[in-house]
Amino acid sequence: MHSDARPPLTLTLAAIGALLFLHLPILLIFLYAFTTEERTYQFPPPGLTTEWFAVAWNRADIWPPLYLSLRVAAVSTALALILGTLCAAAMAKARFFGRDQISLLIILPIALPGIITGMSLRSAYAIMDIPFSTFTIILGHATFCIVIVFNNAVARFRRLSGSIVEASMDLGANGFQTFRHVLLPNLGSALLAGGMLAFALSFDEVIVTTFTAGQQSTLPIWMLNELVRPRQRPVTNVVAIVVFVTTFIPILLAYYLTRGGSETAGGGK
Amino acid sequence: MMTTNRAILPERGLGDRLSALFWRKPNLLLVLLLAPPVLWLGVVYLGSLVALLIQSFYSIDEFSGVIVPEFTLATYAELLRPSNFDIIVRTVTMAAAVTLGAAVIGFPLAYFAARYARGKWKAVFYLGIMLPLWSSYLVKVYAWKLILAKEGIIGWAVEGLGGSAVLNSVLALPVIGGTSLSTSYIGTWLVFLYVWLPYMILPMQASLERVPVSMLEASSDLGATRWQTFRTVVFPLAMPGIIAGSIFTFSLTLGDYIIPQIIGSSRRFIGQAVYQLQGTAGNVPLAAAFAVVPIVIMVVYLTIARRKGAFDAL
Repeated sequence: MHSDARPPLTLTLAAIGALLFLHLPILLIFLYAFTTEERTYQFPPPGLTTEWFAVAWNRADIWPPLYLSLRVAAVSTALALILGTLCAAAMAKARFFGRDQISLLIILPIALPGIITGMSLRSAYAIMDIPFSTFTIILGHATFCIVIVFNNAVARFRRLSGSIVEASMDLGANGFQTFRHVLLPNLGSALLAGGMLAFALSFDEVIVTTFTAGQQSTLPIWMLNELVRPRQRPVTNVVAIVVFVTTFIPILLAYYLTRGGSETAGGGK
Repeated sequence: MMTTNRAILPERGLGDRLSALFWRKPNLLLVLLLAPPVLWLGVVYLGSLVALLIQSFYSIDEFSGVIVPEFTLATYAELLRPSNFDIIVRTVTMAAAVTLGAAVIGFPLAYFAARYARGKWKAVFYLGIMLPLWSSYLVKVYAWKLILAKEGIIGWAVEGLGGSAVLNSVLALPVIGGTSLSTSYIGTWLVFLYVWLPYMILPMQASLERVPVSMLEASSDLGATRWQTFRTVVFPLAMPGIIAGSIFTFSLTLGDYIIPQIIGSSRRFIGQAVYQLQGTAGNVPLAAAFAVVPIVIMVVYLTIARRKGAFDAL
């Protein structure tokens, strides 16, 4: 829609109000990381300090979950990149029997609540006696990351003109050369964007993970435990900032990589 | 070597031979491309869903606590016990309340972004909605724990404005009240609303952007006031977007167990029941049966939504 009229004042205020509602709460996380009060969530903070960053750095129980989260996110993203791109290549232009069913299958892990994905995997591990390991976490994460890569890649495949592929073949390139020298450079930024979104999603995921991790602790699970049984509250804030920034930067980059097209990344989660 | 000139270059190895094969049999390429992802999703995801269904038809031996792998409907019958059925009713009510709240608060923002935001502001609004959607779920929930705590910013602001009596009388309300905002349904509702709001706004905005300007002009040419145009033209056309958004807010609320665990009273939601039953209680069959409930509700919901044309707005 386009309009030449000015928006009504109430609408403007309501829109700004909703936007503030979406953004102000996060800022408090940053403020509370500097508070001197470690037993309550007293506002305003009685004093400000930067000591919690050093305390968090020296807490030995934070590092292993951080490494595990990074490892899981990296492997899941790599798997999702391969599977999502393959799927997008097949689904972008072709019409075939069962196509709708396959696209439903791709979307399902993210359309159904996380608890169903988690509980399903948990049931399957129980039935097949698979012990919990890093592998069981990755299995879940890669499954719901496929759709993110797929969405980004399929949009780019659709926008690519078929004639560049034909031109490449006319010039004597075989399918693999065409993929390497023509398709991949064109897909690059969409895959990078999809990969970063998938990484952010996996790094932050907690609901499915609690069902597939057993006794292991990823960074979000560590945070969840601190939320339920707080110890040094400002340290949790420092970790929250780390998690926030680690997911925020890839999302922003993904946006700038794909903006300007009809396929801007992040439209659907 | 060759007596006649050939239009087709000679093959230069395996790559060429495979390319030629795929060219002659495009379906073969399709199958090869689709096989890995479909196998993965089919085995890992659908396989797990089947495992969930199978588990939900098992039962647990009440004395030994061992899972009895025999087909029974007894586990599903347990869902109808008052204490379990209350959990389902509570969760569905909360999901409906969250969906309604998200539609009311999100609509002005979606409408403004679709209709009045231009150029640079368009990008600001897009990022302003997308960043909260993607930013860390736990961090968002944690932020609200800080906000809603008794000694937190809301308590401080209310006291500063002299509204403690108002807050206390709200908290004294039956059912939705509690000892503080962070232990009441109001708090749970607010956090659900906050976390799922972007999921409602994006499809609403998409459907509002598709409303043709000519219709609005026609409406005002025919003498409709701004409010009449909104009520009879814009709103009905935005409805598929609202329904599409409600699919997300409803489904996500049904399946969440972290938010009511951190912010809220001790009364359980479906997600918490699933989590506790499979973990500490060790009753995987009942947990699985509980997890099937949101699936059934969402299938019904999606069937209705499909009839209303909500999928075009996704």
